[in-house]
Amino acid sequence: MVEGILVNGLIRGGVYALLAVGFSLIFGVARMINLAHTCFYMLSAYGIYTFADLMGLNPVLAIIISLIATTIIGLLTYKMFIDRIREHHVTVLLITLALAMVFQECMILGFGSHYLGAPSFIPGYAEILGVKVSYQHLLIFGVVLVVLLCVWALLSKTRLGIAIRATAQDPEVAGLMGINVSRILLVTMGIAAALAAVAGIVVAPTLVLEPHMWTHPLIMIMAIVVLGGLGSVKGSFIAAFIIGFVEVLVVFLLPAGAFLKGAIALLVMVIVLLVRPEGLFGIAFEEERL
Amino acid sequence: MRKKLIFSSITCLLLISLAFGACTTEEEVNTIKIGVIGPMTYVQGEHHWYGATMARDEINDAGGITVDGKDYTIELIKTDSNEMLSPTDAAAAMERLITVDKADFVIGGFRTEAVFAMQDVAMDYETIFLGCGAATEELCTRVADDYDTYKYWFRITPFCNVNLVNNSLMTLGTAGAIMQAGLGLEGSLKVAILAEQAEWADAMVAAYEAYVPVMLGMEVVGTWRPSATATDVTAELTAIEDSGAHLILTIISGPVGIPYARQLGELEIPAASVGINVEAQKDGFWDATEGYGNYETTLNTYAEGVALTEKTNAFFEAFVDEYGETPTYTAGTYDAIYTLVEAIERADTLDTDALVTELEKTDRKGAGARLVFMGTDTDTPHDVTYGPGYATGIATQWQDGEMKAVWPWDWDGLTYEGTVMWQIPDRVINKYTQ
Repeated sequence: MVEGILVNGLIRGGVYALLAVGFSLIFGVARMINLAHTCFYMLSAYGIYTFADLMGLNPVLAIIISLIATTIIGLLTYKMFIDRIREHHVTVLLITLALAMVFQECMILGFGSHYLGAPSFIPGYAEILGVKVSYQHLLIFGVVLVVLLCVWALLSKTRLGIAIRATAQDPEVAGLMGINVSRILLVTMGIAAALAAVAGIVVAPTLVLEPHMWTHPLIMIMAIVVLGGLGSVKGSFIAAFIIGFVEVLVVFLLPAGAFLKGAIALLVMVIVLLVRPEGLFGIAFEEERL
Repeated sequence: MRKKLIFSSITCLLLISLAFGACTTEEEVNTIKIGVIGPMTYVQGEHHWYGATMARDEINDAGGITVDGKDYTIELIKTDSNEMLSPTDAAAAMERLITVDKADFVIGGFRTEAVFAMQDVAMDYETIFLGCGAATEELCTRVADDYDTYKYWFRITPFCNVNLVNNSLMTLGTAGAIMQAGLGLEGSLKVAILAEQAEWADAMVAAYEAYVPVMLGMEVVGTWRPSATATDVTAELTAIEDSGAHLILTIISGPVGIPYARQLGELEIPAASVGINVEAQKDGFWDATEGYGNYETTLNTYAEGVALTEKTNAFFEAFVDEYGETPTYTAGTYDAIYTLVEAIERADTLDTDALVTELEKTDRKGAGARLVFMGTDTDTPHDVTYGPGYATGIATQWQDGEMKAVWPWDWDGLTYEGTVMWQIPDRVINKYTQ
């Protein structure tokens, strides 16, 4: 049982981490809670289904098209609807929620509310510590590590990363230093949308595709991001695994209450926040952001 | 002079519009409005609508209905209940259907929680509501408890959840016997129960836990209750494999049925799955599970070439021809409309109370079963009479991309033509023969 908890907890935490990173990034830089974030994940998942399954395109080509299309939609969304009101946080919340609903209704119009499945990139499973894990889940875990490495390298080793971090710390000073803040925010939004798209692409084959699939992950990643400390990518990563392990523990130790796994995971978040209101890696000083 | 001309013109226009209005009213009088309510963007609601549409077209093409010397045609009103997401929306949709759209009768409903709310609204307006989706017994015990209020409710399909338990247990027994004979398994088989968290499943779980050991001599090794909308049940399946279960008894109506069947097959969990998995009743199941749903067994209503009555095959073929899909049980709206229309013709009136009395006398062979409502002297009046000779249902198993009927298998001598033997999944054979 311990092996089952360990392996399944890691896998589930990995899925959550992949989703939470982009959300955390855009909050850290733009202080923007984008409720449409998981819609980009939904759009790319439907993209994979459409291009690979319905149109029969090569899976690699389908991945590239889905990734690019979702990123462009993310950029357009930001430019058309969010950029001009980004200082008004409550308005951003409402606008992104409305956009999420629009995306959802578009999916209902296009695909109905039918439950669909996307093909696995690598069918089959491996046994780790005697526990069966599908190759697709292992792929997700690998992609999580690669994505996090890339995000870390981008933020710490490139000029763009320095500009993003400067903007995150103080947009006004960053502007005075010659950084085009508006462009940096646009780029960050593009990166966040692309990260959500990657999550959708690799996670889609393990999910049921349906037009409301964005809601549950949104709740979970918001909990993860709050638990980890708003805006802290590192905190989100660790919190994702905490939530993942709590969920799996509930399933193993309380099988008849398996449906409570989400609620209990959220309860853990509440308890942690009562003890440490800023979250596990919350920002005591603005300079620590990212 | 000019004022007179304008006045005359307006008067003429009013008279003409009144005349047309009168004509329209005359046409409306000769229409029986039936509201079809369900989750219309989901397969269940779509099949509500398809079944009703087929019945309407057939009846109207044949000349409609004559009641008290007047000819009527059937008009359907399609209403999305949004009940998958909000039972409250469903009650509001029912209210609108009756008060704004002026539906004379209502058919449909799917989710128990929503149907309870819709039932209350329909009963308040004394509107006959023929249920074609929810299985909870209490929908009919309400009729026994308060007949005057709830007498306008009748269930067409499915039969109540108590009998779903019975069918599940008999299917489980058949599968268990085949496994013991085919694999040489000795001693009692182990059964894991996997039931979604939903009201309709609660009583069934309790019944399984009580009756599986007593009736089938099998051991229940545990009960897992994932959310109906869970997208990953790997942890549950890992725990079930650890429990050593030979069989998994399912109670699933939500989308969790897809990842469950897919992960069961992909991870080659060595247990056969039997019970209720509504997603496995749909044609899209095979593709949605990428073929990993092979051997998934579920209670069902229709299967190709399996005639439950002499009307089944004609209905099945017409439905597939028209919509390109195998009908699910919510397409029982087809039988609902015929049941209602025949009651109207027998009673020769549209008076609701007279029709309730006439519906209670129903004994007709529909596409899904011979329909006879339980009597008012029973615990569940207006429910479907269950058992050989009445409504039995079937169980189907996915066998290499085809949905095959595998049960009833000699139930008091009943085996429908076209039924094939239940197959042991390869993953189970591999586990117990190596």
